[in-house]
Amino acid sequence: MTNPALLMMLGALGVPLLRGWPRRVLMVALPVGGLVLLWLLPEGTGATLELFGLVLNPMRIDGLSRVFATGFLVAALLTSIYALHLRDSLQQTVILVYAASAVGGALAGDLLTLFVFWELAGLSSAFLIWAGRTERSHRAAMRYLVAQVLSGLLLLAGIVVRVGAGEGLEFSYIGLGGPGGMLILVAVGIKCAFPVLHAWLTDTYPEATIVGAVALSAFTTKFAIYTLARGFPGTEALVWVGAAMTVFPIFYAVIENDLRRVLAYSMINQLGFMVVGIGIGGALGINGASAHAVADMVFKGLLFMSMGAVLMRTGTVKGSELGGLYKSMPQTTVLCMVGAASISAFPLFSGFVTKSLILEAVGQEHRTVVWLLLLFASAGVFHHAGIKIPYFAFFAHDRGFRVAEPPLNMRAAMALAAVLCVGIGVAPDLLYGILPHAMDYAPYTTPHVINQLQLLLLASLAFTVLVRTGLYPPELRSVNLDADALYRRALPAGWRAFTHGANRTRRWGPPVRRRAARLWTVATGPLRPTGRVAIPWATDLMVLWGLLLLGVVLLLTLW
Amino acid sequence: MNDRDPRWLDNPRNVTKIVYGLATLCALSFAADLFYDKHPHFGFEGWFGFYAVYGFIGSVGLVLSAKWLRRWLKRDENYYEGPGDD
Repeated sequence: MTNPALLMMLGALGVPLLRGWPRRVLMVALPVGGLVLLWLLPEGTGATLELFGLVLNPMRIDGLSRVFATGFLVAALLTSIYALHLRDSLQQTVILVYAASAVGGALAGDLLTLFVFWELAGLSSAFLIWAGRTERSHRAAMRYLVAQVLSGLLLLAGIVVRVGAGEGLEFSYIGLGGPGGMLILVAVGIKCAFPVLHAWLTDTYPEATIVGAVALSAFTTKFAIYTLARGFPGTEALVWVGAAMTVFPIFYAVIENDLRRVLAYSMINQLGFMVVGIGIGGALGINGASAHAVADMVFKGLLFMSMGAVLMRTGTVKGSELGGLYKSMPQTTVLCMVGAASISAFPLFSGFVTKSLILEAVGQEHRTVVWLLLLFASAGVFHHAGIKIPYFAFFAHDRGFRVAEPPLNMRAAMALAAVLCVGIGVAPDLLYGILPHAMDYAPYTTPHVINQLQLLLLASLAFTVLVRTGLYPPELRSVNLDADALYRRALPAGWRAFTHGANRTRRWGPPVRRRAARLWTVATGPLRPTGRVAIPWATDLMVLWGLLLLGVVLLLTLW
Repeated sequence: MNDRDPRWLDNPRNVTKIVYGLATLCALSFAADLFYDKHPHFGFEGWFGFYAVYGFIGSVGLVLSAKWLRRWLKRDENYYEGPGDD
C-alpha cells in the first residue's frame, strides 16, 4: 500500500527537473494519481512500525480521513492547473509538497506522523509567501512562519504530555480533559484561526503570491479542521468559539479594502461554521463540518483564483482602485460570481447543501442563540463575499482598466472549480455519499429553499438600499486594527519604550541595549533575506529537517 | 471611460430597472410565506417573513455598525510600514 502523500511528495521532486509540457503533465498527473490511489486503498490501517516502543501508524483510511484527503487532492489539482503558466519551479514544487503534507496529515494514524506533516505543511507553505521575493513578502513570511512553528511546538508539547501519561501515540479522540488536550487544542486553534489567534491568517495570506494565496486558502486551515474533527468532536467550548469566529470577521470584511484580505476574513467566518459543527458533534455535526470543509476548499479557492486573476492583470486587489472589470474580464466575472453564490449558500450551489447540515445540527439541538448568530453570519458572508467582492472588483465605478482575461490555464482551473461548486449544489449526494457518517438529510425542501432565498434576497436589498442612499461605507485606502497590531506595533513599541527607560538609568542601560541588539542580530542572522533560512531550500533538505525533528521527538518521548 | 465601450449597465436607468427587479423578487419571496408549511426547529422561525426581516435588519445593522467601528479601527495604509515594524 502506497501512501498518496508519499507519491505526491516524491513526484514533486521531479517538477524542478522537468521543463515545458512534461512538467505540466506531471503537475496535473500527481494529484489525479493521488486521488486514484486513495480510492483504490481499502479502509483500515496500513503497515505499522514500532520505534522505541511507540507504535507509528503512518496511514489510516476511514470515512473521515478519506473525505478530507479527497478534498485536499481535488484542491491540489485545481491549484496545480492554476499554477501551470508559472516559470517558477519553486512555487510549483512547493504547492505539491504542501498539498501532500495536508493529505499525509489527514491520513496519519498516529500523532507523531501528524506532527511531522503539520510542520511540513507550515514550513513548505511559507515559501508561497517568500516567493513574492520582496522585502514586504519576506517579513510577512517570517510572521507566518512564527505562527506555524509556535503551533507545531504546542502540538509537540501536547504529544509529549500524552505519551508521558501513557496514552501512546494513537491519533483518535483527544478531548479537552485528556492529558495534553489543552495544549493540542491551542496548537490546532492557531492554525484554525480561533479568535485572537487568527491574526497571522488575515495578516499574511493577502501577502502571498497570486498562486500562493490559492494554495494557502485550501490546506492549512482545513488540515486543522480535520484534526479538530478527529480529536475534539462534541467539545462544548468549540460551539461558542466557532460562533464567535463566524461573527467577528464579517465586521472587518465590510470595511476592509484589500479584497484578498476580505476573503481571508470570510475564510475565518467559514471555518467558524465548521468549528460549530464539530462542537455540536454527532453524525450531522461532523458530516456538516467535513462537507463544508471540502466545499470551502473549492469555492474559497475559486474566489482567491478570481482575485488572483484581477491582481495579475491590474496589479491591485484594492476595492478603492478597482471597478468595471466585467467589461474586459467577463469570463472571470462570471466564474467569480459562481464562487460568490457558492459561499453565500445560494440554492443549487455547493454552500447551500453543506452549510445547511451544520445549521440543521444546531437546530436539532435547539441552540437558539448560536443558531441566530449563524444565521446572522450567513447574511453577513453574503454581504462581503457574495456581493462586495464581485461588486467592487467587477462592477461599481468603471476605473478604466482595459485588460485581458487571465491565461487559459487559470481560467480552466476556475471553470473546473465552478463546475464542482454547481455539481455539488445540484447533486449533493455525490458529496453526501462520501461523508464519514450515515445520515438522513434532504437539503432541497420547500421551506429551506424559500427561507434561504428570503434571507439572501433581502440581504441584497439591504446592500442596494445602503449603496443607493450613500450610507454604505466607501472603500478607503486604509488598514484596520486587528490582533496583529499586538505583535506588529505594541510589542516593538513596548520593547523600544523599555530600552529607552533602561537607557535613562545610564549606568546599565547602554550595555543591556547593546547586548540585546547583538543577540537579536545573531539570532535573526539566518532569517534575513540573504540568511541561510530565507534563501530557497531544496525540498529534500526540508524532508531531512523533518526527519531530524522526528528523531528528536522520539528521543524526547523515550526520555 | 465608457465612451468607446458603452454597455447596457452604464445607463443609470437600466441599473434602476435592476433595483426594481430585485425589489419585486423580494416582495415575491416575502409573499411566498403564505403558500407552504413550515417545519421549524424554533417557534420564531414560523413567524411570517422571519428570514426576510432578519436578513434585512441583520445586514443593515452589520454594515452600519462596521462603518461605525471604523472610528476606532481605521489607520493609515502605511500604518505597519513605519519604523515600529520589524
